[in-house]
Amino acid sequence: MNNLIHKLTHLNRQTIYGILALGIILPLLFPLRLPEHVSPPVQRLYDYIESLPEGSAILLSVDFGPDVLPETYPMFLAVLRHAMARNIRVIGICLNPAGIGLGLEGIQKVAKELHKQYGTDYVYLGFKPNLGATMLGLGEDVHKVFPTDYYGTPIDSLPLFRNVRNYNDIALVVSFSGASHPALWVAYANARYGEKIAAGVTGVMAADYYPYLQTGQFVGMLAGMKGAAEYEYLVEKLFREKGLPTPPPFAIRGMDSISIAHLLIIVLVIIGNIGYFMERKQKGA
Amino acid sequence: MAARTIPLAIVFFFGVLMTVQFYIPHPVSQRLYEMVLDWMNGVSAAAIILAVGSLVKHHWRKISRRENVVYSGVTLLAFFFMAFLGLFVSIAEDSLFQTLFANVQVPLQATMFSLLAFYMASAAYRAFRARNLEATLLLLAAFVLMIGIIPIGYLIHPKFADFAQWVLNVPNMAAKRGIMIGVGLGAIATSVKIILGIERNWLGG
Repeated sequence: MNNLIHKLTHLNRQTIYGILALGIILPLLFPLRLPEHVSPPVQRLYDYIESLPEGSAILLSVDFGPDVLPETYPMFLAVLRHAMARNIRVIGICLNPAGIGLGLEGIQKVAKELHKQYGTDYVYLGFKPNLGATMLGLGEDVHKVFPTDYYGTPIDSLPLFRNVRNYNDIALVVSFSGASHPALWVAYANARYGEKIAAGVTGVMAADYYPYLQTGQFVGMLAGMKGAAEYEYLVEKLFREKGLPTPPPFAIRGMDSISIAHLLIIVLVIIGNIGYFMERKQKGA
Repeated sequence: MAARTIPLAIVFFFGVLMTVQFYIPHPVSQRLYEMVLDWMNGVSAAAIILAVGSLVKHHWRKISRRENVVYSGVTLLAFFFMAFLGLFVSIAEDSLFQTLFANVQVPLQATMFSLLAFYMASAAYRAFRARNLEATLLLLAAFVLMIGIIPIGYLIHPKFADFAQWVLNVPNMAAKRGIMIGVGLGAIATSVKIILGIERNWLGG
């Protein structure tokens, strides 16, 4: 028995990596489809978008790069699907140079799924350097900050921008990020112009943003893959109600892996502590 | 002398001007604000040119000195090739530019970040010990959150998820808010010092 405990408490790095890899890969191959429980910050964002009248415009800011893609990209797609399914016009921008292609790919993918027309139902404006100046500039005149869209078409010629000038005409900004962008959106767009802000952030960043939720500076927040999975679940339900083909549940499947990985890490930490206390007891004896 | 005095004078002038402007809701003040925003966009675009120049110069120097020739060579080759595709071919969703981004940069960056999970699991197994009261509290809080935020936590007991949410909403938020207020006050103090020329580290040298 002591030998077994000694072995378990002295696992080498390769064994731990192997166990974790299996814990991540197996649920992806054999989905568990664990039921989702929607947390209040996610429900609040969903309800806010649900409350917007058809034809409203929202701005989705792709502030993430491929490094945090597994967490932020599914939530970007889920919010896009929700907005487009409700006939809300979407303006996509990018404030992270590494995310330009992700924003383009996501917005085109969902637009194709829901048969939306470029220029009327959605527009992708691409990247702009200097976060602060861009966020402030959008409060004055979108046409000045982004004279052309991603493809170089003057935005004055796009029907969507005929009655969209600044934040007064944009019902919500959602920042998807693995860094401090959502806080900057609050400082520049919410504090100065009173624009409604929501955030989709990585799990590790989420704890930093709870004060903004409590103050009402965020209308809602999606935290990590869990937030994305919950939003996917809500959107899936909406699509079923509307008779639309349900989108592939990327984050919901990812949560199976994350659940197993979390449990494995907890078990490993407990085993590590058992070993620690046994060694301490032996040294004391 | 002028190399330091002129930037300090510009910072002082614009720092004071834009602080005062914020409190004056007059059309002239508004026009000034819009003009400064336009200038900020121009300056940011110029900064990118400087950054690109610096990157190319740095790697070219390394190649000339025969230091890490392969790495610097790949960096420059990839940089010029992607720039060529983006500037002269196409950046549309079905272009080679986008294909290379989606099939090279995306998996590489996502993989690098994903490796963190493995390092964290191994580090937690080796170092996350209930050595004292503080460490034990940290350990318990980590367990509550790790179980509470996954669907299994809700299956174990519906209150588990609520408790995890409470940890985030109350103790976590109290600590974060304290830190944020401190950071905010620090930022104001540092800004005043920079505007008044007391803090000059940003000038370099």
